Amino acid sequence: MKKSKISSNNLLLLITIVLFFVMYLAGCGVYAGKGFTKVQNFMNILINNAGLICVTAGMTCVMLTGGIDISVGSLIAMDCMILAVGIERWHWSSPALMLFILAIGIVFGFIQGFCIAYLDIQPFIVTMAGLFFARGMTAVICKEQVSIVSDKIFTALSNFKIQFPFGGAVNKKGVLVLPYIRITVIVALIVVVAIYLMLKYTKFGRSIYAIGGNQQSATLMGLDVKKTKLKTYMLSSFLTSIGGICFCLNTMAGTTTQATGLEMDAISSAVIGGTLLTGGVGNVIGSLFGVLINGTISALVKANGKLISSWANIVTAILLCFFIILQSIFAKIKESKK
Amino acid sequence: MSSLKKLTQKRLFLPIFSMILVMLINVIYDIACGNMPLQFFVITIKNGVLYGRLIDVLNRGSEIAILAIGMTLVVSSSAGTDISVGSVMSLYAGVCCMILAGYGNVNVSSYAHPLLVGILGGLAVTTICGLFNGLLVAYLNIQPMVATLILWSAGRAIGLLLCNSQIVYVRVPSFQKLGAYTGIIPTPIIVAAICIAIAACVLKFTALGTYIQSVGINKKASRIAGFNSAKIILLTYIICGLCAGLAGMVATSRIYSADTNNIGLNMEMDAILSVALGGNSLGGGKFNLAGSIIGAYTIQAITTTLYALGVSSAQAPVFKAIVVILIVVIQAEPFKAYMKKLTAKRTQAKEAA
Repeated sequence: MKKSKISSNNLLLLITIVLFFVMYLAGCGVYAGKGFTKVQNFMNILINNAGLICVTAGMTCVMLTGGIDISVGSLIAMDCMILAVGIERWHWSSPALMLFILAIGIVFGFIQGFCIAYLDIQPFIVTMAGLFFARGMTAVICKEQVSIVSDKIFTALSNFKIQFPFGGAVNKKGVLVLPYIRITVIVALIVVVAIYLMLKYTKFGRSIYAIGGNQQSATLMGLDVKKTKLKTYMLSSFLTSIGGICFCLNTMAGTTTQATGLEMDAISSAVIGGTLLTGGVGNVIGSLFGVLINGTISALVKANGKLISSWANIVTAILLCFFIILQSIFAKIKESKK
Repeated sequence: MSSLKKLTQKRLFLPIFSMILVMLINVIYDIACGNMPLQFFVITIKNGVLYGRLIDVLNRGSEIAILAIGMTLVVSSSAGTDISVGSVMSLYAGVCCMILAGYGNVNVSSYAHPLLVGILGGLAVTTICGLFNGLLVAYLNIQPMVATLILWSAGRAIGLLLCNSQIVYVRVPSFQKLGAYTGIIPTPIIVAAICIAIAACVLKFTALGTYIQSVGINKKASRIAGFNSAKIILLTYIICGLCAGLAGMVATSRIYSADTNNIGLNMEMDAILSVALGGNSLGGGKFNLAGSIIGAYTIQAITTTLYALGVSSAQAPVFKAIVVILIVVIQAEPFKAYMKKLTAKRTQAKEAA
């Protein structure tokens, strides 16, 4: 019985991974002339989505407990704005600002987590208030777009390239261009690995799964459900702040409309990656592939060039629909077996 | 003391209390500015139409009020929220203006098809959206938020596709009428009033409201009692889709164009907020439509007040967030229990003294 449960969950993950490769290879076949086959194309997907990967890792943990955190997009906008204004107007040093942002993330997560865990308010409402608050605060801090130009450390971090010694392609001028990644990708991958290990091997990680599986049994087992939930929301906001820094390193600016709707990208990536919103089932590796699928879709639409960008949304929605229905069918099969 | 307690326990206490609070803030602001103290309530006739802040609140709040009807039913029956309504509003704009202007035309001053075809076409599409959401929630047992996430993402995108990613203007007076004035009264107020009246009549004179509540309180028990739970949930989502279409109709006519990127943006949040503000539990079950409607207008009153206070539209969400948190914390069970303990201790201390 237990074996079949694990295999059906693994099957979802497998479908996600296979789908990613199929989509990517199809892209390589159709858009080979537009540089889709180059290694750099894949690296660009990683670079563009480094922030989203961090956010989705946090979102996966929250969703595993059966909750949701829709404040992440606005929090990223607030982080970027604080970074931009902090550097350009307040003239803080960027390392201090980054620490400040991480601290804000923890405090933000603590307040949300406290309302959800100890005051028993629905996560959706609390984080919706967080969404409003962070988005409004972004405008309170500064109404116009602020670009980051003056800080040397931040610019250096943003421009830092890590080149691979292989997989290069010769460009039109006959120069060998090696594929590269930015420092944000390294951060994102470290986050994914750390969260994977945490969920798999630590007491905290196992409690998250236990709470999502059945909150009552978790309480009866002697787990401190409230504390674990609080910590999970703090973790989510903390990872979002890391994602915010990655995002800012990519855009080098703060605007009030930045990262609108990013929360839904994160949720859909996690769902496509096999995380159930009811909690208890999911894997951060699946979420990583969910983000990559999302990234591949927009890369495909971009490579086509003629399609309107809203096609990316439509395809993501269709995929989301497909995976949701698949999940529900698996759940029904599991129920009928009982 | 006891009468005060009775008052605070009334179901409509919270929405009406917050409405009065907002009005009080307006009055205090007017006094502080040296205006007439009751400026907020003054209604005059300017250029042949009603004019005043109260009218403005009623006018601008129409969309939220219409959405709140559908959202209340959905929350009650399925214990979840329909987050696709804003996106579906924008889809209505896309469909309606595409039909009226003809595909590919950006700026027209005469209809390609009759007005009624456009409106009914748009409403049909949004009703189908509701049906789609409802099927996923009721028959596939998917959590409402995830199921509606699909159309949240796709609705606006399809609307953009239909309009070829452009803003389609329909400059015909009869189209603008729905967002303008009928006689001296703004038409959106009339549309909202009709929707509310129909909903109230249906809930009052049929057993639908009771069915919805019983399904929301216990789905399994209702099924055993003989209701088709799934069908009732499906019906609430269809109604919600229709309401989103009607709200879209008002929003589109107001600006006589299909600005698909902006119509209904974040409107789902306002709709959910008005349900919560109306004293309804977001966990489903019992609902109070009057509360939601008052909640909807309260939200609009808050927004209008903030603008009057000189807060920009981008900064306004901060205050909205604080309001939301205050309301839900006051309603939270652990907080109530804590306050009860505190008052009990105080009376004990008094008795001891």
